[in-house]
Amino acid sequence: MSTEPPSITRDEVAHLARLARLTVSENELDVFAGQLGDILNAVAKVSEVAGADIPPTSHALPLTNVFREDVVRPGLTQEQALSGAPKSEDGRFAVPRILGEEA
Amino acid sequence: MSIIRQTAADLAAKIHSGELSSVEVTQAHLDRIAEVDSSVHAFLHVNAEGALKAAKAVDDDIAAGKAPASPLAGVPLALKDVFTTKDMPTTCGSKMLEGWRPPYDATLTRKLREAGIVILGKTNMDEFAMGSSTENSAYGPTRNPWDLDRIPGGSGGGSSAALAAFEAPLSIGTDTGGSIRQPGAVTGTVGVKPTYGGVSRYGLVAFSSSLDQGGPCARTVLDAALLHEIIGGHDPLDSTSIDAPVPAVVEAARLGAQGDLTGVRVGVVREFSGDGYAGGVERAFQAAVSQLKALGAEVIEVSCPNFVYALPAYYLIAPSECSSNLARFDAMRYGLRVADDGAHSAEEVMSLTREAGFGAEVKRRIMLGTYALSAGYYDAYYGSAQKVRTLITQDFTKAFEQVDVLVSPTTPTTAFKIGERADDPMAMYLADLCTIPSNLAGNAGMSVPCGLSDEDGLPVGLQIMAPAMADDRMYRVAAAYEAAAGGVIERAPQL
Repeated sequence: MSTEPPSITRDEVAHLARLARLTVSENELDVFAGQLGDILNAVAKVSEVAGADIPPTSHALPLTNVFREDVVRPGLTQEQALSGAPKSEDGRFAVPRILGEEA
Repeated sequence: MSIIRQTAADLAAKIHSGELSSVEVTQAHLDRIAEVDSSVHAFLHVNAEGALKAAKAVDDDIAAGKAPASPLAGVPLALKDVFTTKDMPTTCGSKMLEGWRPPYDATLTRKLREAGIVILGKTNMDEFAMGSSTENSAYGPTRNPWDLDRIPGGSGGGSSAALAAFEAPLSIGTDTGGSIRQPGAVTGTVGVKPTYGGVSRYGLVAFSSSLDQGGPCARTVLDAALLHEIIGGHDPLDSTSIDAPVPAVVEAARLGAQGDLTGVRVGVVREFSGDGYAGGVERAFQAAVSQLKALGAEVIEVSCPNFVYALPAYYLIAPSECSSNLARFDAMRYGLRVADDGAHSAEEVMSLTREAGFGAEVKRRIMLGTYALSAGYYDAYYGSAQKVRTLITQDFTKAFEQVDVLVSPTTPTTAFKIGERADDPMAMYLADLCTIPSNLAGNAGMSVPCGLSDEDGLPVGLQIMAPAMADDRMYRVAAAYEAAAGGVIERAPQL
């Protein structure tokens, strides 16, 4: 890892926002660039002790393949599943057009 | 003593013996909410009708000679608005879920109902549980009953303020980096983060799945223990739920209350003092340590050298998991949708909705997580943070070879003023400095009131940490300390 203090540019914030599907205003780009830079400076400290010989921990519990019995049990009805939908039609979620977008 | 100032254990005993009815007790709390919540703003939703109906059902059962459904049957409770409830909205303090009525109950909600606990309503919180002050709620901040110009902690500030304002004798919080313990500390109440996996997360709207843990909040250690045993236990619907009996925390709290800690080894975490810690907090903490010694505990200093890296690691791991978890808010299946006017594509609607529905802190964390997980940065940031998680777990393991529990101040300072840290994310994050290690390692931690700061007269919290699935140990120590030192809530200003 480079020893330079991490910083983050306006363009990088715009790129992150695009990846995260957030429409960010011009003003927010400046504010977030400053704040994210500050936070990254503070958290980069983790690399000081993260030696190559230390195994990573992704979870406190060492669990793999937790199964339950494969039995049929009641689920949500179609009406319940659609009850929070912004828009529904004929028992299905209605969404804005997805074709014809620019690549 | 008026109904609202009594403990949950006392109220339950009186309801079960017929001295009080659950309806009376519930109505007294609803009246209190009507009286003070316009100034405290602990609640986002009050369900008076549903609460009275649930209370009536408990009273009817008792009148019919049936045994109470649980030791807390008939006692009212305030539920953090991050657990799904079929009969009430679930907003997570966000515009994204304004008015959303989930089609199912969380396992924790179901357990409360089955235990005959009366759910008064849903409490305010930092949006999606991200924050330490409840200022990040889209519905306005909650105020600390000790000083209405100060924060009640966060993210579960509504749940802690409801207790401190005597609007409820019990509440539920969630703790991802300290969101139960820090609000408990700054409001003079008890807050418990059980061992990770000890309380089901099914129906708990996810922020950071490997860290999130629901837990009990109360004004006394015994009340928290009684609630803990009701909400805890294995749940097949949560694959990270521990398949083992709930630690015997009620028994431990009763044992502790006898006031003898002979043979209990207590470790003071050396790294959690000094720069950044308020003098009033350090002195209250030292007095608590002296009290533990007087109770017979053997106290030694313990070093956990990697704990200073916990906060940086947390602010990589939690945002990374959050950026993934919050991708579900895509404006398609539930929640907010804006700009669906035929002129915008699905992807534009998604982006515009997320812009309109999320507050600044949530956006910051989503972008931070997106950055930490992106190609080229992953190893340096997320990968390193996962290694720190290993080191912190090792520090705990070594410490618990020497001692039974670890203690520290719960937070470096008392409640700060509303607005004071709102524009400085890093300053806000420091509120969780001492609580985060237990989330990363998954062990148990709690905060119990330890007097008032001699600087500002505000409550200070004593944090007690125990190994995973040894939650009972910390309850024993907390109950002994509480019995000897007394609570502080009686000294809270009258609202």
